[in-house]
Amino acid sequence: MQRIFGLIKDKAEKLLAGGTVNRIIGWTGGEFFYDPTPAVFKSKEELEGLVYNSFCASNLSKYLINESKKDGKILALLKPCDTYGFNQLVKEHRINKDNVYVLGIECSGMIDINKIRDLGIKGITGISEEDDSLVIQTIYGEKSCRRSDVLLEKCLCCKGKQHMAYDELVCADKPTDGSCQDTLEASAKPSESTTDRFEMVKKLEAMSPEERYSFWRDELSKCIRCNACRNICPSCSCVKCVFDNDASGIASKANTDAFEENLFHIIRAFHVAGRCTDCGECSRVCPQHIPLHLLNRKIIKDINELYGEYQAGKDAESRGPLTDFAMDDPEPGIVAERGGDH
Amino acid sequence: MPIKKSKNGEFKPLIVAFCCNWCSYAGADLAGTSRLSYPAEVKIIRVPCSCRVNPMFVLRAFQRGADGVIICGCHPGDCHYSTGNYYARRRMTLLFSMLDYLGIERGRTKVEWVSAAEGVKFSTVMNEFSKTIHDLGENKKLGDLRCKEFLD
Repeated sequence: MQRIFGLIKDKAEKLLAGGTVNRIIGWTGGEFFYDPTPAVFKSKEELEGLVYNSFCASNLSKYLINESKKDGKILALLKPCDTYGFNQLVKEHRINKDNVYVLGIECSGMIDINKIRDLGIKGITGISEEDDSLVIQTIYGEKSCRRSDVLLEKCLCCKGKQHMAYDELVCADKPTDGSCQDTLEASAKPSESTTDRFEMVKKLEAMSPEERYSFWRDELSKCIRCNACRNICPSCSCVKCVFDNDASGIASKANTDAFEENLFHIIRAFHVAGRCTDCGECSRVCPQHIPLHLLNRKIIKDINELYGEYQAGKDAESRGPLTDFAMDDPEPGIVAERGGDH
Repeated sequence: MPIKKSKNGEFKPLIVAFCCNWCSYAGADLAGTSRLSYPAEVKIIRVPCSCRVNPMFVLRAFQRGADGVIICGCHPGDCHYSTGNYYARRRMTLLFSMLDYLGIERGRTKVEWVSAAEGVKFSTVMNEFSKTIHDLGENKKLGDLRCKEFLD
């Protein structure tokens, strides 16, 4: 991690000094070591604050909507999964691609601080990593755990190490065809084949409607309507959002009725149907830990099953499944038919 | 206008039918002129095309007390605007699947293609749908308490 960080910083400095870009969007240290914050750096001095570690999970592509409208090129540090969001936004003409220089950076999966805490490790002051082992400094002394045990939920279903869009790649070793994967420690990499991302969706589908209803009531009733899931989502990019309309009856912070929570989450998930890249940011930022990605994944699963496999953001040209149709699409009655006995 | 939902304590559902102007609405018209009966609890909302039905309309209908929502449009291939109903078909399939996923009874939502010549079909579809909703009972999962004032 340290080595790749050095390479990224060198590259960024070079591009800034050479005038290719006039600013850089990356991460800077937050209040704690585990919460790096997205930041724009405009000079070599400011760039000293740049950070890239195993907690830089946030996807920077959404910030490019506004940043790419400003003067001059911006250097964007994008991890492989972030490039899906980037492509999707380019496709929707939300990012001015000419104003962005994408530096594809390698990623070996991001760490979830909450998972470390769940292991019973408290008072964490720092982390050092070596391959798959994490050494965690705490106020009670040193603890250790396996890196692969504390990866973020979204990293467990990694889409691969291939960058879908980039101008240049930064890898510890020589990049091979848009991928940095040769350089990654194999042990720290989540296995792509063994994790079925629809596992939980299938489990829910197998429940009875009553069980499903109470599952979602339990989860969605935790919602505090902070709108973090909407704000972070690289697909949610409307200038005027439906939820910002005070007259809609669903814009209030405090939910007055259970319906409001349901409606908010149905609409949020449905608005990104066919455009959701399954980046999992919504669940990551949720302060209430609602598994929001399960709503999106249900739609993705349906699209894959009914209209053919589709991965949003894989390219910046193809038509999304909801802006397209086929003459022989299944009828909506299929929902009831394939539902089984329930 | 408050809508009476119960009569002598007996459940009287409220069904919202979104009908496309070109086929299904004319189909409903034909059902009427042919003296075919369909339940009075079906409230028809005329839309220019089935693809005009925003998923939000369906949710709104449930919020305001509908017990069932049915969307009727031209048969695939017969859309007045050539392809509108194809888009509606995908959209509604995903929406219904989503509602099912959240535990809402799948019988409460339906899409039917009814042409202008199918008065009989319109009346059959509505009778059958109304029967399903009668069996399912009141929509308790997606109603909004604040909207109770609209209803009796």
